[in-house]
Formats: sequence, structure tokens, C-alpha cells
Amino acid sequence: MKFPIFRISLVATASLLPLSLVGVIVFLVLYSWPAIQYNALHFLWVNDWDLGNLYGNPITQHGQQIMPGARYGIWFLVVGTLASSAMALALALPLGIGSAIFLSEGLPRTWGTPLSLFVDLLASIPSVVYGLWGYAVLVPLLGQHVYPAMARALSFVPFLGGRPGSGYGLLTTSIVLAIMVVPLISATLREAMNTTDTALKEAGRSLGLSRFQVIRHIVLPNLRTVLTGVSILALGRALGETMAVLMVSGNALNYLPNNIYTPISTMASFIASQLDSALQDPTGMAVEALSEIALVLLLIAVVVNIVARLLLWMERIR
Amino acid sequence: MAAGIPEPAPPHRPVRRTARSIRHHVGDGLGWGLSIFAFLLLAGAFLSIIGDVFLRALPVLHAKLFTEITNGIGGGLKNAMEGTAVLSLGSLLLAAPVGIAAGVYLSEHGAGRWGSALRFLSDVLVGVPSIVLGYVGYITLVIYLGWQFSVAAGVITLAIMLLPYITRSTELALRSIPDAVREAGYALGAGEGHIVFQILLPGAASAILTGIFYAIALSMGETAPLLYTAGWSNYMWNGHMTQEPIGYLTYVVWTFINEPFKESHMLAFAAAFLITFGVLMLILLGRWMLARAQGKLGAYN
Repeated sequence: MKFPIFRISLVATASLLPLSLVGVIVFLVLYSWPAIQYNALHFLWVNDWDLGNLYGNPITQHGQQIMPGARYGIWFLVVGTLASSAMALALALPLGIGSAIFLSEGLPRTWGTPLSLFVDLLASIPSVVYGLWGYAVLVPLLGQHVYPAMARALSFVPFLGGRPGSGYGLLTTSIVLAIMVVPLISATLREAMNTTDTALKEAGRSLGLSRFQVIRHIVLPNLRTVLTGVSILALGRALGETMAVLMVSGNALNYLPNNIYTPISTMASFIASQLDSALQDPTGMAVEALSEIALVLLLIAVVVNIVARLLLWMERIR
Repeated sequence: MAAGIPEPAPPHRPVRRTARSIRHHVGDGLGWGLSIFAFLLLAGAFLSIIGDVFLRALPVLHAKLFTEITNGIGGGLKNAMEGTAVLSLGSLLLAAPVGIAAGVYLSEHGAGRWGSALRFLSDVLVGVPSIVLGYVGYITLVIYLGWQFSVAAGVITLAIMLLPYITRSTELALRSIPDAVREAGYALGAGEGHIVFQILLPGAASAILTGIFYAIALSMGETAPLLYTAGWSNYMWNGHMTQEPIGYLTYVVWTFINEPFKESHMLAFAAAFLITFGVLMLILLGRWMLARAQGKLGAYN
């Protein structure tokens, strides 16, 4: 038998892909090991990120050297990340479903395809440009006009009333994130709607349902799994978004939101914004703690993606 | 569903508008109205982003942007443009062979357990937040290997991010070629390497190229993986792969907008304009190329 040079080099080259994923996880665990030993998982639900007295002498706690007074609690990041992503998803779902219905069922194909570019191209705009748009357009508009009016009109609703803030904060972040993840939801749903069995739709029509009723009572319930899968996928995108969040969230430190206008930080944006100051810590524990945050974020993203992919695979959508 | 079935109207009599049918009409109208509104909102957001970047960048699009390097608060974007090109093309050079190989493997041998595993890991890699990749690049390449902020560190980090996209587009492109084409090749005595390089890859070239264009667009627009791997430099790249930081356009957008000077803001918008339109052009060009190739006689669809 001939030695299969091609097959072997193909497999060797291709295996760099899984190796790089494994490498990312392994290196992150190795590097954050001291922080994992020091913080365990406890740091997730205690608050206050404090590098301590950087001019003091390092002290030893739990077998690790840290600066005096240093604390690495990130509960505010957990809250900020989950709240902004969940709100983004809540805003993105109706927009995604609505636009998918309009583009795939409400228009003839000759119109639907070019018009869907408006939604699809949203996915290709770089996140830093979203951040710039949020900074230059959304924040002034919302902060000066919309939020004060909203807070006044909804003052009796918990979390919607209170101080409207400057425009940088949880709601602005969620709006930007929602627009960023909507194309994923819309495109996947559109594809799934187009592959829905035509006989099902015709059966509904022949029973006297209107076209919209067919969509509401037949097509959408049929796509429940796809919708769940793609929502989780979109959630994963929103959780890991960095630059846009960095530019519109207000980058709060140690601050828990008390209404939807409050400045926040997310894990991803915190990693990006804090590395410079963490490098000031001579014991290195601050950088390792950041690395542990990255590891937590990675694990959340991986779990979220696995769940979403399994759901979508069940429906044969990739 | 039984409750939803209306009585069939007897022929030759005007349909009586019952309360229920009116309610259905209103419900339909509301449903369509909301879905049109959702679309208009998204289209409006898209136009607002593009229009805002364009209008604010328009007054500053001088030749100076292309001939001068940045200084602390202003200047041109020559160094950043060069850096973006170097980083994108460099990461593509690394990611394309691996991604295409993985795509070929998935489409030709991907039916079994190993194929599913690779596909699964590739999908998981798509979901890894780019800042995490950047951080890993920082701790491994920049710190541990001692490369400092450098082209090599930025390029490798970006390449890992691009891999799954290239893999996926290659796999889908090759799978659309019918098996009969491969069988014809084997019947003529060609080996697997021959079939892949001379029949399958050329046949799917336009679809693969569209995926590559998408990957370039993606790498042009990224910031988070580069912040702590490529660093930033006000000067042109001197050709060193390690120890020398390099500038790139997205960095200008995110740092110069925080400066208190008007000139810096204008530069940030100019950089945003260049990236956005570069990215959109690449994506539209890819789509157009694919559509044109698929319209040709004898194309595999």
C-alpha cells in the first residue's frame, strides 16, 4: 500500500484547529492557577475589586502572595454581564423574529433577498464602530432626551424609574448588543422558515387561517427549538462582546446597578480595561485574577455554545 | 385548532363580518405592522451607523490621511492602515492553510466520529470571546515567549480566531460538489491529493474565496484580540516580527475618541470610515462573486 502522504498531512494540518482551542484552555488554566487557588470560585459572588496598597509589602494569604488589602471579588461583573446580555436578548428576540417574518413571508422573494441585506450586513460592522456609534449618536440622544422622559413617565416601575444617568449604562449597552446579535437570530430564523414544509403552511391556509395566523400558529411553534438554540447562541455572543461595551457601558467599578440606566462593566470589557492597572501589582496576582475572569468567561461561553449547538443540530441547522 | 376554523361562507352571499373575523383582521394587521416596524428599526439602525460614520468622516478624508503617520493627537493614518493590512494578511496566511485543510477533511472524511468532533470543536471556537483569545495571546506569546507587543503575537492570535470561519466556508463549498465528480476523478486514476487540489478546490474556488474575504473583513474589524498582542505604534512597521508593536485602524477608533481634541475625534471617525467601508466592500464583493460564479454554466450549486 502506498504511504498516504496527502491524508496524513491533511489530518496534521487540520488538527491545528482543535489543538489551538485546547491550547487556549490549557494555557489559561495554567496561568490563572495561583488565582484559582487563592480565589476558588468564591470570588464570583463577593463584591469589590481592589488591587490593595500597591506600595506596601506583599503579604501571604492562603499560600499566595498578594498586596495588603487586595480583594478580587467580581460580583458586579457577573451582574453586569448577565443583566446586559439578558436584556439584549429580550430586545433582540422580537426584532429578530419580526424582521424574519417580514423578510421571508411578507415580501416576494425578489424583494426579500435584497432588503435582508440591511439586516445581514449589521453582522459585519466591526464592534468598535458600534461602540463609536453608541458613543456619538446613541448616548447623547438617549441620555439627554429619552432616558429622562422614560424615567419620569415610568417612575413607579421598579428598575425603570430613578436617576436617568448620563446615557452610559446598562440599557444603552443592551440596545447596542441587541442590534449586534439580531442579524444572527434573523438570518437563522429566515433560513429555517424557508425550509418549513410548504404542505404544513398550505394545510393551515386551507383551514381558513390567514397568512399571519399560519406563521403564528404553525410556522413559529414548529421552530421552537431553533429559536431556543439561536437565542442561546446570541446570548453567547453578547456575553463575550468587548469593544462596544467598553465604549457605552460607563465602565463602573464595584458598583451594582440599581436601575437600568446605571453604568455597568462586563467581564469581557473589564479584562480589556483593567490589564494596564493590574500590571502595577508586583505580586502578579491581579493579572492572574484577570486571567481567572477570562477563564470563567471562556467556560461560560463554551457551555452556552455547546448547549446551543446541540439544540440546533437536533434541528439540522448549522 | 378547531376553534380557529371559521364557518365556510355560503356562495353568492356577502361574507358577514363577525366580531371574530374583525378581531382576526386587526390581529393580522397588528402582527404585520410589528414585523415591518422591527425591520424598519433595524434598517434604520444600519443606515444611521453607516450614515453617521460617513458624514462625520467626510470632512476629514484628505490625502493627508494616506501620506502621514499618526502623532499623539492627530496626523494621518498611514501607519495604522499599513498595520491593519499586515495583520489581516498575516493572519490569513496562517489561518487559510489550516482552515482549508480542516474544511477539506470535514467534507471528505467528516462523516465519522472524528469529523463530528472536529466540527463541534470548530463551532465552540467560534463562540470563544475574542478578548479571551487576546488575553491568552498576551500571557503566552507576549509574556511567556517574550515576544513583547508584536506583529507575530497579533497575527497568531487573529489567525486562531479566523480558523473556524474558513473551515466552515470551505466545508460547505466542497460539499456542494456532487460525488460523481470525485468518482470521475478516481475512475481516471487520480489520487486523493490530485482530486482535492485539481478538481475540488478549483471547482469551489469562488465559494472558498468568499469565505476568505469574510475572514479578511473579520480580521480587519477586530480590536479586542489585538489590544494586548499587537500593541500600538505611531510609526511605520520596520519589518520585525517580534519585539516591535504595530498600529492598526480599530485602535485609532477606540483610543482617539477618548482624547479631548477635535482633531483626534475626526481621525477616529476617518479610521472608522475606512474600516467599515473596507469590510462592507469585501463582504459585498464576496457575495457578488459567489452569485456570479453560481450563475455560470456548469457551476456546482
